[in-house]
Amino acid sequence: MCGIVGLFLKDRSLEPRLGEMLTAMLITMTDRGPDSAGIAIYGGETPGRSKMTVQSDDPDTAFSDLGAKLQDAAGGPVNVTVKSTHAVLDIPAGSTAKVRAALNEMGIRVMSFGDSLEIYKEVGLPKDVAARFELAKMSGTHGIGHTRMATESAVTTMGAHPFNTGPDQCLVHNGSLSNHNSLRRKLRREGIHIETENDTEVGAAYLTWKMQNGATLGEALESSLQDLDGFFTFVVGTKDGFGVVRDPIACKPAVMAETDQYVAFGSEYRALVDLPGIETARVWEPEPATVYFWSHNDTPTATEKAA
Amino acid sequence: MQTIDLSKVGLRETNKMLQAQSAETNQTSWEIVNPRGSHAIACGLNAPIEVTIKGSTGYYCAGMNQQATVNIHGSAGPGTGENIMSGKIVIEGDASQYLGATGQGGLIVVKGNASSRCGISMKGVNIVVQGSIGHMSAFMGQSGNLVVCGDAGDALGDSCYEARFFVRGKVKSLGADCIKKDMREEHITFLRGLLDEAGIDADPSEFTRYGSARKLYNFHVDNAGAY
Repeated sequence: MCGIVGLFLKDRSLEPRLGEMLTAMLITMTDRGPDSAGIAIYGGETPGRSKMTVQSDDPDTAFSDLGAKLQDAAGGPVNVTVKSTHAVLDIPAGSTAKVRAALNEMGIRVMSFGDSLEIYKEVGLPKDVAARFELAKMSGTHGIGHTRMATESAVTTMGAHPFNTGPDQCLVHNGSLSNHNSLRRKLRREGIHIETENDTEVGAAYLTWKMQNGATLGEALESSLQDLDGFFTFVVGTKDGFGVVRDPIACKPAVMAETDQYVAFGSEYRALVDLPGIETARVWEPEPATVYFWSHNDTPTATEKAA
Repeated sequence: MQTIDLSKVGLRETNKMLQAQSAETNQTSWEIVNPRGSHAIACGLNAPIEVTIKGSTGYYCAGMNQQATVNIHGSAGPGTGENIMSGKIVIEGDASQYLGATGQGGLIVVKGNASSRCGISMKGVNIVVQGSIGHMSAFMGQSGNLVVCGDAGDALGDSCYEARFFVRGKVKSLGADCIKKDMREEHITFLRGLLDEAGIDADPSEFTRYGSARKLYNFHVDNAGAY
């Protein structure tokens, strides 16, 4: 069992409150996942700059003077904002690959990369994880969060969700994949880096691999319905929105709510009860084996659209 | 009327109070406010009382109900009315998955839609849904009746025994061993009575009856290869 929450804002005046609203939703889902928690937040982008979120078990040493150490690899100034075990690197656009290689040599893990996305995740109760990273203070356009009750692999930072799948893309999962071992071997042969024995990381790697081979995120999610065996409700974050897909059996719960101000996702209705206007929101369960997307780039519509 | 603010009284105290009511109780009318999607509200009741929940509920609301009437003025989470024995549950909104699972008696009415696995393994409960139901509904249904005024999803009545299904709209697909059956006068009369009891205005003659072909009841030697 795990808990998923997601919030996509249509009303820009709510953006300063995104972290606060998402944190409250996340903490409500503690019963579903007290092992670890994580959040992916899309805080907006700066022209000419990119972002990486990095993690270290020894942040004092690892992040000390990190900006200066990365400057050569980045080919320009690197600004570092340390938040507990994580740090957000603000780097020149186009330098991601070189910075990543330099970080690898230093033994610093990359949690996410892109222009807008930041991922924070750690072991512990959701309220403690949220406090550690001051999630409630963050603003942004949309975000997704996850509370984990581990079933398939160890309770570690790298086993926590969300998983980064590509630039500004991430995945959270409730369920369990049963063919993850064979799929992991296959993906590693294809040259995809998979760090843990976690089933969801394989799901994330699968989407990454599909997209590297030319699929859109929507197409990758459609084909996941064929290639992934097991139970899943996936929520994926993209630069300008989020998507939801459930396996055909759809035994993992999912509730959505939509108003003029937002689209929200929760594993349970409980997670949504404090959202503004929830009493009059359209509340429904996403259909099995159907890919849903909401995007800031398209005009929001009252009806869901397949990718 | 007794009013309980669930957010103040708490779930255990609330359920303890409701479960303590006897058949002779004078406090027959209860209202629960601020349910906030909590789990297991009004579970295990066993008295002829009426409980109205003002808002949406989470998992397992009114599970194992006996005698009581539970009204949900909102939508209901997974497993609502699980193993209901008798009494009545009325959901004004939608119901999530496995509504009334293994229910042995009583009546569940949904004014909106019900999700997947509605009435799974039903054993005597009657379920009336004004809207539509999801996939794998009434899987292994043993007895009782599932009435759907809208459409049914995939694999209706898979591996069912003697449960009966009445659907007014379309059935996306029938499950293994579930077949369409004749709607005889006795069925129309029975369905009219059930719709009246549920307080739903629909013409029973517009429904189609489905049920077991009874081909999976016994081991058949031709299927030996499948094991």
